[in-house]
Amino acid sequence: MTAPLTRAWQGVRWYLKEFTGEARWDDYLAHCAEHGHTPMSRREFERKRADAAEANPMSRCC
Amino acid sequence: MLLPRGDAGVTAGVEAQMAGTMTKTDDGGGSSSAGSGRSRPSMKSVLIWTAVALVGAVCWGVLAIARGETISALWLLFAALSSYAIAYRFYSRFITYKVLRADDRRATPAERLENGVDFDVTDRRVLFGHHFAAIAGAGPLVGPVLAAQMGYLPGTIWIVVGVIFAGAVQDLTVMFFSMRRNGKSLGQMIREEIGLVGGIAALIAVFAIMIIILAVLALIVVNALAESPWGVFSIALTIPIALFMGLYLRVLRPGRVLEATGIGVALLLMAIVGGGWIQDTALGETLTLSKEWLVLALVVYGFIASVLPVWLLLTPRDYLSTFMKIGVILLLAVSLIVARPVIQAPAVSDFALEGTGPVFAGSLFPFVFITIACGALSGFHALISSGTTPKMVAKESQVRLIGYGGMLMESFVAISALIAAVVIDQGLYFAMNSPMGATGGTAESAATFVQGLGFDTTAQSIAAASAAVQEDSLVSRTGGAPALAVGLAQIFSQAFGGGGQAFWYHFAIMFEALFILTAVDAGTRVGRFMLQDTIGNVWKKFGDLSWRPGNIIASAIVVGLWGSVLYIGVTDPLGGVNQLFPLFGIANQLLAAIALTLVTVLLIKHGKLRYAWVTAIPLVWDLIVTMTASYQKVFSDNPAIGYFAQRTRYADAQAAGELLAPAQDQAQMDQVIFNSTLNGILQSFFAVLVIVVVVHAAVVIAKAIRSGGLPTTEEPAVESKLVEPAGLFPTAEEKRAMAERDQLVGAGAGRSEAEQK
Repeated sequence: MTAPLTRAWQGVRWYLKEFTGEARWDDYLAHCAEHGHTPMSRREFERKRADAAEANPMSRCC
Repeated sequence: MLLPRGDAGVTAGVEAQMAGTMTKTDDGGGSSSAGSGRSRPSMKSVLIWTAVALVGAVCWGVLAIARGETISALWLLFAALSSYAIAYRFYSRFITYKVLRADDRRATPAERLENGVDFDVTDRRVLFGHHFAAIAGAGPLVGPVLAAQMGYLPGTIWIVVGVIFAGAVQDLTVMFFSMRRNGKSLGQMIREEIGLVGGIAALIAVFAIMIIILAVLALIVVNALAESPWGVFSIALTIPIALFMGLYLRVLRPGRVLEATGIGVALLLMAIVGGGWIQDTALGETLTLSKEWLVLALVVYGFIASVLPVWLLLTPRDYLSTFMKIGVILLLAVSLIVARPVIQAPAVSDFALEGTGPVFAGSLFPFVFITIACGALSGFHALISSGTTPKMVAKESQVRLIGYGGMLMESFVAISALIAAVVIDQGLYFAMNSPMGATGGTAESAATFVQGLGFDTTAQSIAAASAAVQEDSLVSRTGGAPALAVGLAQIFSQAFGGGGQAFWYHFAIMFEALFILTAVDAGTRVGRFMLQDTIGNVWKKFGDLSWRPGNIIASAIVVGLWGSVLYIGVTDPLGGVNQLFPLFGIANQLLAAIALTLVTVLLIKHGKLRYAWVTAIPLVWDLIVTMTASYQKVFSDNPAIGYFAQRTRYADAQAAGELLAPAQDQAQMDQVIFNSTLNGILQSFFAVLVIVVVVHAAVVIAKAIRSGGLPTTEEPAVESKLVEPAGLFPTAEEKRAMAERDQLVGAGAGRSEAEQK
């Protein structure tokens, strides 16, 4: 009975995290774990992402 | 859901596997597999699509025969939805697999060049959301509202037919060709595929059109916020809210976007409620701003926003705006079904045929097709469909969902906005959307004016409508945003009960202004990059994006340009929206003409002459519409339509020492003369640029036809290793393939989790 609801909730959560880019941090951690790198701090990671966004403006239409 | 569920992808997926040819010379006569491998449609599929077609036919039938009696707006909605479903299922599939030959065995640039920054394999559903958020804003909300002066039918037909055969086709094909060229921009593709002169003309056109679009968008905000302390208060608060979110994400809790956005949205709703409390206080009085002050505020804001780092203001505002956008669209879809509003407007009004409408001048052809650009055909989308989005597509066939499907979704927004405009009292609609010079500005004079148009709206009912949304006056609140807000307030309060019209009105104003300010921020920044890049060709230092003085000068130029057009519009005695909106619509669709020219050239260069009609028909139609409109705006001897005729009329009167209404003194006469001249020159300039591009393209097309195709800059095929579904819902076969992939990859692959839910 609750299983479909839980799954739907997880789906929404997954979508929102992917959509906002929050999931990128999880991806990065997974990537580091896989290759045995020591990950940088989250603060540092998000700053790098913000700097990339600075150089690459997303156009918004009318 | 908007997109057809059924088994839209079943056969498509299979066909994609078979149709794919790894060679570049596709379409060479004997190329075999495309059609022959098609599986027979299942009984279930036949039944579902017959049912959808029947629903569509019945809805269109009702719209066609209903005359004089009132009908429910749901007929409009379902006529549109079933048409979209059929177009997506059949036409977009034909374009994707037969015309473009999307090939999922070919790696996309996202897969080949993945760098985690701009080239980044992205889940198709996530990318659909990103792309939709980038293309849809205030445009599809305001154009249909203005076009409602011609009745509900012309707008509806153009939105639905236009999107299916023109707008969505443009977005899809531009995205596909850009994807095959590593995500090159529209300007780059034109330079490489059509030639340098065409490329330069296109570059200038893109920049100039962007300035006009930014100015008109800002004009809509100014018209919605002038003399409205409630609106100004809630919009002004979006700035500190966005700054707070920016700092939250930078300093307090880096990366927690959902948290920050949740807080931001909650604060935003409080800001709307708060506006109602402050409007009668001293603060409210201070925030009662004239249009001129608002222009100044917007220009200063626009400049500061474009030189601040993006993380501080632009990015958090974009999160807010995107979530509001999606929230409002869902809310509106639900409310329409619940409230089932009744259409008040006629199917086709007299203004459509006579061309004497007060909202904008000109008859149905070509002006309905100009006024509704976004939602039916929007050239600006070509800038987003080339460049950003194609660098993130996982599989080639997904451009169908993202490009075509994303545009259908925007069209749905446009239909909803049209519905909101045609369900309000039509006397009120004209009192709100006619320029000040016509309505006289008071409830009494406006009532006399709309009675003259043939409506029995009284001064009392206009005043009552203003009081219901707690605005001092709704008379001549042009630009479409306030009329839409009144319509939405009516639909929402019907759907949810309990009145609250004033809250919903300001809620609607707030989100429209939020979209527009986000577009203005981002547009100014993109304009700045373009300017720095272009001037950088002659003055190297200026092209360095990290050079502060360069940023500041370029930003100031861009803001100065749209700011002056905005100021001209706001102070125009004839009404800025009436004068500038046609220029905006024509500019946007001239850009579409440039984009459609490019994709037509590419189809022919790739040797697909027999399929070139897919983009050539919308191109020819768009050229007929925009060139007729441009011709009329420049050469018409009717002063209400032709900019130069208007100039002559006012100049002659001035020479004779007379004053012509609505000008009240000689200074305003000068203003009308100056503005009409400027608008006329801009109009001619845009049209000439497009003709330059088209003529150059025609030469290339002739060459390509003679030699049966020409080499292009398409990247060579590289085999893809990714396994991803093509459509929104994976087919049984795709599920099997993904399960196999997951077994191979093993656990821990982040992206595959999504598919298992």
